[in-house]
Amino acid sequence: MPRNNYSPEHLRYLQQRRLQALCVRGAQFLLLIGFFLLWETAASRGWINAFIFSQPSRVWAATVRLASEGQLWKHLGWTVWETVLGFSVGTAAGILIAVLLWWSTFVSQVMDPYIVVLNSIPKVALGPIFVVWLGTTITAVVAMAISVSIIVTIMMMHTGFKEVDPNKIKLVRTFGGTKHQVLFKVIIPASIPTMIGALKVNVGLSLVGTIVGEFLASKAGLGYLIVYGGQVFNMSLVMASVLLLLVVSVILYYGVTLLEQRVSRGRA
Amino acid sequence: MARVELKDVSLNYHTETDEVLALRDVNLTVEDQEFVAIVGQSGCGKSTLLSLVSGLLSPTTGSVTIDGEKVEGTSKRVGYMLQQDYLFEWRTILDNALLGLEIRKERTRQAVAEVKDMLQAYGLGGFEHYYPSHLSGGMRQRVALIRTLATKPDVLLLDEPFSALDYQNRLSVGEEVVKILRERKKTVIMVTHDIPEAVSMANRVVVMTPRPGTIRSIHAISMCDEGLTPLQTREVPQFREYFGAIWKELNADA
Repeated sequence: MPRNNYSPEHLRYLQQRRLQALCVRGAQFLLLIGFFLLWETAASRGWINAFIFSQPSRVWAATVRLASEGQLWKHLGWTVWETVLGFSVGTAAGILIAVLLWWSTFVSQVMDPYIVVLNSIPKVALGPIFVVWLGTTITAVVAMAISVSIIVTIMMMHTGFKEVDPNKIKLVRTFGGTKHQVLFKVIIPASIPTMIGALKVNVGLSLVGTIVGEFLASKAGLGYLIVYGGQVFNMSLVMASVLLLLVVSVILYYGVTLLEQRVSRGRA
Repeated sequence: MARVELKDVSLNYHTETDEVLALRDVNLTVEDQEFVAIVGQSGCGKSTLLSLVSGLLSPTTGSVTIDGEKVEGTSKRVGYMLQQDYLFEWRTILDNALLGLEIRKERTRQAVAEVKDMLQAYGLGGFEHYYPSHLSGGMRQRVALIRTLATKPDVLLLDEPFSALDYQNRLSVGEEVVKILRERKKTVIMVTHDIPEAVSMANRVVVMTPRPGTIRSIHAISMCDEGLTPLQTREVPQFREYFGAIWKELNADA
């Protein structure tokens, strides 16, 4: 609670803390501006080859051109849509499978080595298989995004389920609770923080899956733009796409953080 | 008729590396509205005994009956309080107190009103919509008690219910809990390793031997029958005699 009768020392302390926070923000901002300024200057003075390294003004121009041609929203839209789809399906299916593993010790013991092996495969290696099976379609891209996130989700959630305090389960059982009730009254609500953790990891992973999928199998999306730009040596287009990708990932991550704040309200 | 009766009860635990005889030939009768405390060293099977009465475990041999009926699975007549409050941090105080009713599908409007009255009566009025993290240890323990009482059990099993509290709180929460349980005419079986706690609260104190747990002796405590509260009991001269006798027995096995 803020008061208004603080001692002078305390006010000085508060002021110092505010100053510190301001300095950090300022330095962060300067670093960003400095980086772009240096890049711009280096390219225009010929210290680096602007054809290979591009430069901020050209990246901006490329972005504006994309936007004016109506291409920007189309590519952004595809990438976001594929990511969200892969992310939602991957997370939901992962949680469902984790519930199954929790429910049956037998199934979880049988599946254990397979999950470990599947987890250690670089999922990107499966890309060409998806393309052959599903064609150069959005389905292949989404399959890629799902495959990247689903195994991690299963492992994180199953571990989370098993770590729920056994005494909380015992409590429900003392009231005569069934396994079904243990799942819905204890295991799932207690695992919400784990779920949020899995969502945070999956936002990044699904984006990786989507971009790789677009590299291999797409005619639209930021991944497609990056590959296309690379092939025609239009580095400004590549850089613009990468920066847009950065923005997309930040927004998606921020979305999950908002969800976290809503869900964790009132919790310790 | 006895409220709770254990006849020749033995229990084996099985693990991959061993088979453990946790309890052997336990015979115990608890009368209606009696408060029985069970003391013994860690691992002597005291908590196992509660699990048997609650129906979470079944005896390997022998039988457990409540009101003459064999215990098979958890019974509505029994309420179980664990070592800590285990309030769910994602539920409000009211929803925590209603957990048992909810699990038994008895969360009626009337039941909710009763639980609200209980919260009010036990100093938790106005906290219904708070989350457990905002409450002190003593308050949380009272919510746990209300959660247990809400399902209206006749028999209460208390498994070291005050062990998570600091000394000051142990005494005051213990005082309140005993008062509440006496008012509501509950039959109580409490497990503890705190001898003064056992002597101050119980009608009878059961001393158990180390594994395999058997009943070594039973002490009838006169002060409880006279209606003294736990704190008052601690002031009575015989308190130390009971303490000394039980302490000696527990140490004889060590």
